[in-house]
Amino acid sequence: MDSKLKRDTMLENYQKPANKGIPADNSYVKVNSKNESCVDNIDIAAKIKNGVIEDIKFDGEACAICISSASIMTKELKGKTLESAKLIIDNFERMINELPYDEELLGELNVYNEVYKQPSRKRCALLPMQSAKKIIELEKY
Amino acid sequence: MNREDFEILKSNIIYFDNAATTMKPNKVVNKIIDYYTKYTANAHRGDYDNSLLVDTEYENVRNKVKKFINATSLEEIVFTKGSTESFNMIIFGFMSIYLKKGDEVLLTKSEHASNILPWITLSKKVGFTIKYIELTDNYEVTVENVKKCISPKTKVISLSHITNAIGDVRPIEKIGNLCQEKNILFVLDATQSIGHLKIDVQKYNVSFMGFSAHKMLGPTGVGVLYGKKDLLEKLIPLEYGGGMNVSFSSSGEYTLKSLPERLEAGTRNIAGVIGMGAAVDYLLEIGMDKIHEYELDLKKYLIKRLNEIEDITIYNKNTSSGILLFNLKKYFSQDVAIYLNQFKICIRAGNHCAKMLQELIKVGSTCRISLYFYNTKEEIDKLIEVLKDQDKILDNLV
Repeated sequence: MDSKLKRDTMLENYQKPANKGIPADNSYVKVNSKNESCVDNIDIAAKIKNGVIEDIKFDGEACAICISSASIMTKELKGKTLESAKLIIDNFERMINELPYDEELLGELNVYNEVYKQPSRKRCALLPMQSAKKIIELEKY
Repeated sequence: MNREDFEILKSNIIYFDNAATTMKPNKVVNKIIDYYTKYTANAHRGDYDNSLLVDTEYENVRNKVKKFINATSLEEIVFTKGSTESFNMIIFGFMSIYLKKGDEVLLTKSEHASNILPWITLSKKVGFTIKYIELTDNYEVTVENVKKCISPKTKVISLSHITNAIGDVRPIEKIGNLCQEKNILFVLDATQSIGHLKIDVQKYNVSFMGFSAHKMLGPTGVGVLYGKKDLLEKLIPLEYGGGMNVSFSSSGEYTLKSLPERLEAGTRNIAGVIGMGAAVDYLLEIGMDKIHEYELDLKKYLIKRLNEIEDITIYNKNTSSGILLFNLKKYFSQDVAIYLNQFKICIRAGNHCAKMLQELIKVGSTCRISLYFYNTKEEIDKLIEVLKDQDKILDNLV
């Protein structure tokens, strides 16, 4: 994937994010994550039924990397079982942290495969995933 | 001005984050190197030449600081790790015994975390009430609003001289006088003002004050706690160990030294203290009035030029310090800061450690430019040139 395509994908998801807006509906599990070193502040809400993420949404105030990552993440996780969602998140974290990972699993999230070059941006890309991970853990117990 | 005194400025960075920390002039750096290369020794411990020299240098700084803030005596100057430690000592070492259930402490919502969190923590233990002085539409403190907030239960008012998030300069002389009139203790956070304005603790009737050396051209990890002698005498040490005791025995009896040593347990940051002394000398050489005047002139120029930028919101045009907050309407503050970094322009994005302020401003994150005397109009011109190309802010996401 060339840089222009990656950048355009991020920009599109930043300027017109998918799944933005947290529903008031109580059937959604909600988690907030704040980036401790900057001001990214993201809420994630997911509706989970029979081990499947039926719907997932986000809201918050954050930089372009963080918002776009939240948007793409919700698209990739929607409809997945908790197990496959966890696998996607694990692989995404491995990619950001420069460890071996399976790019087949990541779909559009592969646009962040060069974020490691900007260390201050790594946390921004990871933040929405951390919330999603918390939701999956909450559901397990 | 005086750019040639700063080795680091030769690297062509444009440093606009002086409210976070300042650059260090060569005189400060060299003074620290001298201690480590010419006369390293502990203070107050030895009978050999270098140790005596360290004693002299270390204690000379106490005298320099005393004069710098116009304290009455050397015992009123305690060296700490910085503002945060100074405030924790004031609050947990003194206020913990001074304040009782039902008393009131007045703060504002624009204080730095170090002048809010220790108060909140102690109030939960002691049961005193924290009241927040109402700020004006420009987020400033007026004497009238302070008066309105005072009740017969008010025991302490604790404020920063200049806030790091808004850059407003508080009318501290009037507030100090009011405190004296009403028998209220006045705690001053001078962290943002110490390198920028002349401070006179007697004139402002300050009971306690804290500041850090690194925001006034000095090294990190060192600062000052000032307290009026009769109050400081009552401050219970939070740290016990060497250097602060006269004697102790297995019976459990001990005698502590008098001020200020009683509050300086363990080996201190000697190099830091000596470096801070050089910073005081350097500031006085330039002159505090000259520094302030230069900063205000530069800020005026910055505002004038920022007004040329499209879709910009400037939050604190009217404050009389070198701190300016803004946002570009189309871009998130952090994206702006990362973009400026490509041009070696250093600014801060975020909430600037004053997290309660969000309740008032309703903006979670801003870009902050904080100026100092070594900044120039040419640097501001470069900033404006780059901001005029704001369409490119998100070009380098990948």
